[in-house]
Amino acid sequence: MKILVPVKRVVDYNIKVRPKADGTGVETAGLKMSMNPFDEIAVEEALRLREKGAATEVVAVSIGVQQAQDTLRTAMAMGADRAILVLTEESPEPLAVAKILKAIVERETPDLLILGKQAIDDDMNATGQMLAGLLGWPQGTFASKVELADGRAEVAREVDGGTEVVSIALPAIVTADLRLNEPRYASLPNIMKAKKKPLETLQASDLGVDTTRRLTVVSVAEPPARKAGVKVGSVEELVEKLRNEAKVI
Amino acid sequence: MTVLVFVETEAGHARQASRSAIAAASKLGEVHALVVGDAASVGASADAAAKIPGVTKVLKAGNDALAHTLAEPLADLLVSLAGDYSHIVAAASSVGKNVLPRAAALLDVQPIPDVLDIVDADTFVRPIYAGNALATVKSADAKKVLTIRATSFDPAPAEGGSAAIEDAAAPAAGDTSRFVSAETPTSDRPELESARVIVSGGRGLQNGENFKTVLEPLADKLGAAIGASRVAVDSGYVPNDYQVGQTGKIVAPELYIAVGISGAIQHLAGMKDSKVIVAINKDEDAPIFQVADYGLVGDLFDVVPKLAAAL
Repeated sequence: MKILVPVKRVVDYNIKVRPKADGTGVETAGLKMSMNPFDEIAVEEALRLREKGAATEVVAVSIGVQQAQDTLRTAMAMGADRAILVLTEESPEPLAVAKILKAIVERETPDLLILGKQAIDDDMNATGQMLAGLLGWPQGTFASKVELADGRAEVAREVDGGTEVVSIALPAIVTADLRLNEPRYASLPNIMKAKKKPLETLQASDLGVDTTRRLTVVSVAEPPARKAGVKVGSVEELVEKLRNEAKVI
Repeated sequence: MTVLVFVETEAGHARQASRSAIAAASKLGEVHALVVGDAASVGASADAAAKIPGVTKVLKAGNDALAHTLAEPLADLLVSLAGDYSHIVAAASSVGKNVLPRAAALLDVQPIPDVLDIVDADTFVRPIYAGNALATVKSADAKKVLTIRATSFDPAPAEGGSAAIEDAAAPAAGDTSRFVSAETPTSDRPELESARVIVSGGRGLQNGENFKTVLEPLADKLGAAIGASRVAVDSGYVPNDYQVGQTGKIVAPELYIAVGISGAIQHLAGMKDSKVIVAINKDEDAPIFQVADYGLVGDLFDVVPKLAAAL
């Protein structure tokens, strides 16, 4: 069984970004870029399924600019067998990404795709669901546990108010929630080995996918700043302020 | 313009987040509500949706395939109804986030998640980068598919309307996706997303027992819901659905008391729109103090019981 894992290169999760002064986007020049944290979890889950003997091959895919190959090398250093980079402009919309991934799925015919539940830059939480729709495959989103048996996946999902378990027929789409697993670190020897693993590069246009944006960014602004607060010296002072100044208790 | 709002129901009531979605949709045009469920319970759900002021028609679809709001049949249903509507809207809940992007792809539309503000029929404001920036986006799609951030729109009232109810053709049950089971821990406390006051704990609580012995008495005094940071959830102090943040719940109560929470970007994304924020932390440099209206530097094991006693 083959598992495909789409991964995205994003601004590192520890960095607080700022909108550009002209309001056209956020300032990303010179910032540290990393693999989207949810995608690390997706890669890890695919590797664990391979280690359990449930899968034979793990293929990482990234869509974006040339530098996204670094993200693919990271996935291969973690243990992915090979990688595919689809070159596009920076960060296409989830609809375009889902269409490109559909074309890749048709070439690669995987049995399972594991994606992160959302990318921490656009916070869309849409690509996995959209790809499942385009392929007509079932989806197990926000997964905290995945078990494969008898041509189906049993997926525990994190939902409002608790957990829900669904059973979906393969081929299927799973999106990883934070609690699915703890991703491994790539060791130095594995980082060296990953440089020799195959990385195929394609152009989005060769796949016949139209990546025209449907959403135009009118402006990007800083959220309204909170008024500076005060430090209080005691519990009594805090209670007094909450009662008489803020009037919330 | 007519807007279709998918309304989530629970025991014959419309969820508050869905009533916020109706309030948001009312800014766009006439509102029709879609309710789904098993054949036995969908009638009561439709009655509840019909009473929400602002809803002019309720479409109800009841069968076993729809009983658990699985994405596959529900997205197909939305697509089959979409022809008549300019906008398709749901709350940005776990159901809305699961289903609407799938329906959008089937309609060849780029969805717009987590809408905070509606500028006009094509233009919407949404947060990006964990809420560190607000993007205003204009959609070129003929139909708009939106999820609404509930805390940004005051919910429509639950009573006062009287909409007509119509049956919608429910999709046939398939076998590619099956509901197996659900585990929903029960609690007597208010629901996190609709609570007026939230008391939230983090790494500083040290263990689950301290959530009970230290935070619960304070929450009881305030009639508050209990929340948690990701660290507290990952460490197993409290269940997952307590988590407030970019990857958990987004809340905006009148009073948010953060206890032993440092205030990482990821956590702030979930609570920084609260009206009043109180931080209790022994580290005076903790980032949470930058957003707190009232900060108290001190040992939570000393301060929190005193605070509970003083209320």
